[in-house]
Amino acid sequence: MAVTETRIVTNRLREFTEDSWTIDRYLATGGYDMLRQALTMQPVQIQDEQVKASGLRGRGGAGFGTGQKWSFLPKGIYPRYLAVNGDEGEPSTFKDHMLIERDPHQIIEGVVISAFAIEAHIAFIYVRGEFALGIERLEQAVADAYAKGFIGKNILGSGFDLEVVVHRGAGAYIAGDETGLLSSLEGERAMPRIKPPFPAVQGLYAKPTVVNNVETMSTVPHILRMGGEEYAKLGVGRSTGTRIFSVSGHVARPGNYEVELGITFRQLIDELAGGVRGGKQMKFFIPGGASAPWLMPEHLDAPLDMDYVGSELKTMLGSGAIMVFDEDTNPALIAWRLLKFFAHESCGKCTPCREGSMWLEKVLFRISHGLGRPQDLDMMLSFGSTIVPGLNAPFSQTTICAMGPSTMSAVVSLDRFFREEILEMCNAGAARPTIPVTSA
Amino acid sequence: MAFSDVNLTRARDIVARYPRPKSAILPLAHLAQDQDGWLTAEAMEEIAVLTGVTPAEVQGTCSFYTMFKRRPCGSLLVSVCTNVTCLVTGGPAILRHLTERYGDDDDVTVEEVECLAACGGAPALQVNYEYHEQLTPEIAEALVDDYKAGRRTPRTISGAQR
Repeated sequence: MAVTETRIVTNRLREFTEDSWTIDRYLATGGYDMLRQALTMQPVQIQDEQVKASGLRGRGGAGFGTGQKWSFLPKGIYPRYLAVNGDEGEPSTFKDHMLIERDPHQIIEGVVISAFAIEAHIAFIYVRGEFALGIERLEQAVADAYAKGFIGKNILGSGFDLEVVVHRGAGAYIAGDETGLLSSLEGERAMPRIKPPFPAVQGLYAKPTVVNNVETMSTVPHILRMGGEEYAKLGVGRSTGTRIFSVSGHVARPGNYEVELGITFRQLIDELAGGVRGGKQMKFFIPGGASAPWLMPEHLDAPLDMDYVGSELKTMLGSGAIMVFDEDTNPALIAWRLLKFFAHESCGKCTPCREGSMWLEKVLFRISHGLGRPQDLDMMLSFGSTIVPGLNAPFSQTTICAMGPSTMSAVVSLDRFFREEILEMCNAGAARPTIPVTSA
Repeated sequence: MAFSDVNLTRARDIVARYPRPKSAILPLAHLAQDQDGWLTAEAMEEIAVLTGVTPAEVQGTCSFYTMFKRRPCGSLLVSVCTNVTCLVTGGPAILRHLTERYGDDDDVTVEEVECLAACGGAPALQVNYEYHEQLTPEIAEALVDDYKAGRRTPRTISGAQR
């Protein structure tokens, strides 16, 4: 049986491509009904009977239980803040971009419900600075929601107050890290902070703060509509519900696909995204954004299950970005470009990441450009183990945030799947005259 | 004064949105950049006054973020993605072509950027943060020329509507 999309979060924006982002369309399609319902409930009911019961896990990348995250807020300490992460920057992820541009009210409804559930009275929606149109539409949506009384003082007569601030980023991948985002919101460089204290205890301005992804927020109204337990029936194991996967690279139909968790990579890539373009064979694919270790065609029948992919395949579904590469792709070139990204985006706070990403990029540059040396791959594994001690999955780390170990994902993957090919390239390169290590 | 009267009022409104004024540094820097075409030292000094920190702190924050241009740039900022999906679909050729074509053009600044989250339409670029997808070097050049000739209205240098 052919697999199809299960459109929950993306239903409106697919159905009404002309005006899915407007308040009129949102209200005409049941918008803010769940907010009305939520405001009649007790906050703890929403937390436990809806969000926790739904099994919803964060859609940003780490996959931490949303209800669980909320429950870490210490009792009796106010103010509390809600920070929404729309700083989508993980290479090849483009789902939040779509949600912000094409269904901003859905995010806002999720934000108001969530803020009510965690008793926060200010919510910040941090949006990647480059999303000019998205910010414009989100700001308009917030203004419209204020005008209709869905945000502001005494929302819909409930006595609940909430201010929503759209905060525009300015170009920094690391602001997408939970604590980097908080630093950035405070007007600092977006440098991650050491945990503990976790943001739930000391987050924004050292107050209890919940940081949730845009897709997570967009899902919340649907959990109330369906009921937490019903939502949990979708999906597989502890990966409940649907997720939006961004499929790109050498596929016939790149794009965002919202599917029930538990279908296979093959169904997603071949059936929905049309398989490898041009009748070619797949060489490898990256299952969860630039930070995820790679997979091979032999893994295509594995399920889209966060736990299975982690424990059995030693990688992650991460941000839900799946990059597909055909048989003509030079894996060293892909690894080099990913490391160029990490070297550029490393915030510089932790030495292993700052120095490690820079040197990995330089060595991968010479390998991928035909000037590698026979010892290069092992040398990268050697100094890379100062970033990821032991190099075993799940990666341990010597850095404050998860970007450190992410820099080694591509290198470990080269060693795991393309060692012979890389050594061959390096041996050919060794015959050439040596040039100084340099980058483009 | 760095901010115009209108923008100064806007700036004060922005500061008032936040529990702590320092949080307004990023939005104020965007505002200043939209006004001046780049982020000047005077603007950063005024932002410091408005947010109650030192100019060095404002500069420290702003120098971290790639969208803030701390030297004059063209009125058209062409940001070409060359990250992996664009890499395998032709981004680098577009970057090379546009860099050569507009290298001596003061109105156009071509920059290489990281993933723009538009991989479904790769290769992609932005002109003043307006997205354009599924490009070739020729289409990209025609597009930039359209902006230059006024056949398309660009956003401001930080991407706001004019």
